[in-house]
Amino acid sequence: MVSLVIFLPLVGAVLTMLARSESAIRWSALLVTSATFLLSLGLYFQFDPGVSTQAVPQMAQISDLWFPDSMDIKYFVGIDGLNLLLIMLTTLLGPIVVLSSWTYIGKNHKPYYTLLLVLQTGVTGVFAAFDIFLFYIFFELTLIPMYFIIGIWGGENRVYAAVKFVIYTLVGSLLMLVALIFLGYAAGDAINAGVFTTDWYKLVAFNMPLGTQNWLFLLFALAFAIKVPLFPLHTWLPDAHVQAPTGGSVVLAGVLLKMGTYGLVRFCLPFFPNAAQDYAMLFAVLAVIGIVYGALVSRAQTDAKKLVAYSSVSHLGFVVLGIFAFNVEAMQGAMIQMINHGISTGALFLIVGMLYERRHTREMSDYGGIAKSVPVLTFFMVVSVLASAGLPGLNGFVGEFLILIGSFSSTSLASPWLVVVATTGVILAAVYLLYMVYAMFWGTLDRDENRDMKDLNKRELGLLIPLAVLMVVMGLAPSPFLAKSEPAVKDLLETIETKRLAAEEMASSAQALPLTID
Amino acid sequence: MDLSQAYSSMWADIAAALPLVIVSLAGLVVVVFDAYRNRHAATPLITLAALVLAFAVEIPALSADGTAFHGMLRIGGAAAFVNLLILGSGILTVMLAMPYLKRLDMHIGEVYSMVLFATAGMLMLGAANHLVTIFVGLETMSVCLYILTGLVRKNQGAIESALKYFLLGAFSTGFFLYGMALLYGATGTMSLSDMQVAAGSGSVMFWAGVALLLVGFLFKVSAVPFHMWTPDVYQGAPTPLVGFMSTASKAAAFAALITVLVLALPPERWTGVLAVFAVITMVIGNVLALSQSNVKRMLAYSSIAHAGYILVALAAGTPEGYSGALFYLLVYTVMNIGAFGVMSQLEWDDAQGSTQSLDSLAGVGYRRPLLGWTMVFFMFSLAGFPPLAGFLGKWAVFAPAIDADLVWLAITGVLASAVSAYYYLRVLVVFFMKSARDGEPGTAAGEAFVIPTMTRGVLIFCTALLVVLGVTTFAWDLTGTFFG
Repeated sequence: MVSLVIFLPLVGAVLTMLARSESAIRWSALLVTSATFLLSLGLYFQFDPGVSTQAVPQMAQISDLWFPDSMDIKYFVGIDGLNLLLIMLTTLLGPIVVLSSWTYIGKNHKPYYTLLLVLQTGVTGVFAAFDIFLFYIFFELTLIPMYFIIGIWGGENRVYAAVKFVIYTLVGSLLMLVALIFLGYAAGDAINAGVFTTDWYKLVAFNMPLGTQNWLFLLFALAFAIKVPLFPLHTWLPDAHVQAPTGGSVVLAGVLLKMGTYGLVRFCLPFFPNAAQDYAMLFAVLAVIGIVYGALVSRAQTDAKKLVAYSSVSHLGFVVLGIFAFNVEAMQGAMIQMINHGISTGALFLIVGMLYERRHTREMSDYGGIAKSVPVLTFFMVVSVLASAGLPGLNGFVGEFLILIGSFSSTSLASPWLVVVATTGVILAAVYLLYMVYAMFWGTLDRDENRDMKDLNKRELGLLIPLAVLMVVMGLAPSPFLAKSEPAVKDLLETIETKRLAAEEMASSAQALPLTID
Repeated sequence: MDLSQAYSSMWADIAAALPLVIVSLAGLVVVVFDAYRNRHAATPLITLAALVLAFAVEIPALSADGTAFHGMLRIGGAAAFVNLLILGSGILTVMLAMPYLKRLDMHIGEVYSMVLFATAGMLMLGAANHLVTIFVGLETMSVCLYILTGLVRKNQGAIESALKYFLLGAFSTGFFLYGMALLYGATGTMSLSDMQVAAGSGSVMFWAGVALLLVGFLFKVSAVPFHMWTPDVYQGAPTPLVGFMSTASKAAAFAALITVLVLALPPERWTGVLAVFAVITMVIGNVLALSQSNVKRMLAYSSIAHAGYILVALAAGTPEGYSGALFYLLVYTVMNIGAFGVMSQLEWDDAQGSTQSLDSLAGVGYRRPLLGWTMVFFMFSLAGFPPLAGFLGKWAVFAPAIDADLVWLAITGVLASAVSAYYYLRVLVVFFMKSARDGEPGTAAGEAFVIPTMTRGVLIFCTALLVVLGVTTFAWDLTGTFFG
């Protein structure tokens, strides 16, 4: 069933390619993504957090037909606490993105929806893969459709943004490829009878010698840090976001960025626990700089979409901070914050896109007082903004709160001052987001074209309501969602701790050896 | 050697080298046929039939292992694989060239006989097990390619590139021949299988010979700093034939180089040298490609860079490295023939014409969806994106280097290929993300031009093969069985 959820959009891509008319293309894309979402609901309810995923993921599908003899590379997908919610988020955003593109995309419908569906297959595959070779293929597969989506249907500066996006990501991921191959050989020699392996469970079981861990960790972390994006590697993000069409921005912010943070959790931490702890401080500091810097830059924007784009830098800084705190609260906060950010920032991009469709401008000064002309849209905007700013009772609060508590008490991060600085990010978020609402929706309605703006139609309502409902539900009752990932997070942290101690013991006994000979 | 003994194995030898015999004979047939029926429509079909027949005959030889003609040629295994590659490249090229040459009004029999003779030379080079067969194969191939380069003799650029190719090629042949002489002097044998034993740890004369031989090979595979001829030749020669030159001749030369490395040289001594050539080839090839505005020239520099990737695998010096190099050659052949195939269709302005500059191609992806979208596959594959074959190819050449503790080499390689993504993507930017402005050359004539069915077939076939080779591993596994 996991494979079906991954590849159904790809089948849909073929369908849209064969479709004759414009509406047939759109409807088939909507149908396929909705069907995929319904299927993935099955995953959600079938997943039982009580069953351990320490040895094998739930609903696993394994086939070694791919590389029959020479290498231990498998088609290996499954569900555990770490990826379940992210897969759900991906499938949920699928139909929403299709709906949001309904009238926004003015030319070349066929390739757009085809690429969108290919993209969904890539992203779902990234989250579901338990073989790092397979992961890498899906990871790179997401680049190709995104490149075209930005480059063909984007804004004025689209080519620059598209190429920058691809080159940035590619440099990181190719360096990760080298590290990945090295890791596969090393693990193969040590624990897999000399056969190259990319099986996640085998790689987690393998203790990498300390010195090598460092540079492997850095190569992996670089690839993911670019994707997140972590300050100072974030410069591709505003370009890509601003130029991308709304649908592209939603996918980009909603799930593509999560591939970075997910990669850190899934691969960097358990593969290289010692190095990850050694560099925890560095990453936490960069994350905090990102939080504050992203927030300040957001405040300075005049373009609403750019503002939302920079807010992603700030919000994902929280996620990275939580990941490198190495305790259950912060990690859980990071997991749920990934989902929250996908929902609330996705909604913000959708709304900015809707405004752009009506007025063909994203400059905040071109709006003002439109709460009077589009009250329903304003309502959803305010809900999303408050969720994004972390108002208690809405989803954003849960994640940020857990992350801040967790990092405050973290033993890996030397100083609570980091958290104090990070907390200002929450305040600044309220400042820049409320400023945006103030500038665009309140004030005097002094332009005729703003006065005649149409409010949300049924299609737009349909795609915003589920997101708004989720914001409230996840804010008021986060525990069912947290419960899904909790055992997996605990297992992960336990594995990290055991591996770390084992490696340190090995290193110290290796040092002690010459002494005993004396 | 007793002559009667030599003749006793003659029929068996001919049977073992049947593809070579078929192709050579077909070349002669075409020459004679063309003398009586000038520019006859059947000439290319004879060529195609001969190549297909040779291809079919060669397939069962993949599992064989041995030599023929008293150790002059290797039969089966890697040699068969490379022969299939060369023949496949030849078949696709002839299919692309038929309509192309007809349009240029260069639809003459000599072209096809030259292609056949060049193929015969490559087959001999790819299967060579003796310095003499290497040399004969190399020269047969090169002389035919010089002629093919200057085919459009009314075009000054073509003449210039042919002359350049010939002069530099002759120069490199001199190096090669001198190297052979020194090797023979140092070891007393020309047979590659006996050389390793005879050389021992190698005298100065031996290594000087190896160095000169290497220069000859590096020239033929267009590695930096022996690459100067490549851009000019690729730009001047007829486009489908460039696809042939850049793939089949490279495959043959690399196959011969691998044979020399595996059989003739004492192990481990040349790793560092090849690594250095690999680095400068990858870096310089890719960096120079960045600044090209002519697509054919850009592809020429890209083919230089790809030679660098293959050298990375050879520098590893392991069986995985050699098989990885062979697999890469296969992948490279498919994507490069495809890319040149697309470009050959886009030359619709005048006879040889077309500036082939990036600017003139703006928005072509929409006017010509087939060319545009197949080019997407070729470019992404050349850049090494999964799930296309180019990615598995990169894996196949970089992984052995990492396994052989040449991590720095692999890192240089992946960074160089990240650079390459920029110029490959730029082609797609022009194809899909820019719209043609009025009054630019190409648009009007381009609308009228119909893509021949055969060309469509070749392009779709190459695209499909890239996907198949990218998601399955049968070809890679096959190359893995050839060494050690």
